[in-house]
Amino acid sequence: MSPPDRKEVQIRRILDGPPPAVPPRMYADAVRRGGRLLRRRRWTRRLAWVLFTLALLALVIWASLEQPWVVPPSETTPPLTGW
Amino acid sequence: MRQRQATQDARRAREFEAFVAGAAGRLLHAATLLTAEPPDDSPRARRLLTAALAHTYACWDRLRGDDPYEHARQELATRFARGGWHAELAASLRRRGGGTGVLARLSPQERLVLVLRFYEGVAEEQTAAQLGLPRERVRALTLRGMSALLSGRRSGPPGPGAAVRMAS
Repeated sequence: MSPPDRKEVQIRRILDGPPPAVPPRMYADAVRRGGRLLRRRRWTRRLAWVLFTLALLALVIWASLEQPWVVPPSETTPPLTGW
Repeated sequence: MRQRQATQDARRAREFEAFVAGAAGRLLHAATLLTAEPPDDSPRARRLLTAALAHTYACWDRLRGDDPYEHARQELATRFARGGWHAELAASLRRRGGGTGVLARLSPQERLVLVLRFYEGVAEEQTAAQLGLPRERVRALTLRGMSALLSGRRSGPPGPGAAVRMAS
């Protein structure tokens, strides 16, 4: 083995060790916080969908009432010149 | 709809509990190495890990084929890296009073690359990509951390004695 490998083995030995005792509350805390995160995310998505649907609905209603694609009757006449 | 949601919640809770039972010890050890706290008194490591696990829980349904352990580890590393100088400062102030972890002499970045590389076995390129650092920087940090750690150990008795000496 080359010298760097020996060093790496040494480092691994320093870092390795018996895993510490996991506090019993950790699982419950993680589930509580994760659940809150999940609910908030779900709620945000739902809200975004509702807003999107409302906006779409408003657009459709406005367009059907206003009919912006219809060309308005001309209000100005071309100037008559050369008479 | 509600029924399906309930079954999904139950399944997620079951799978997540099994995952935590199997992986939390190892992850907590990694977190304690990162924060350089003594193993029996590591509030910051616990906070980091709880946050990382909560995020993993929230992403559980979208993980599908991905390894949840990898997700949790990545989350842990990112949170530690984002912690910034004030978290470090608070930790070092706290450290003054009691014992210290094995990596206390190293800078936070050195600890991060060493733990990812040698404790978690993450490849150098992957570490660089995950931390958003150039590969050369990761290599330099690794070498610096290694030499600091090894020289620190050689000048004194190994094991717990070294930690006590560092604290004094």
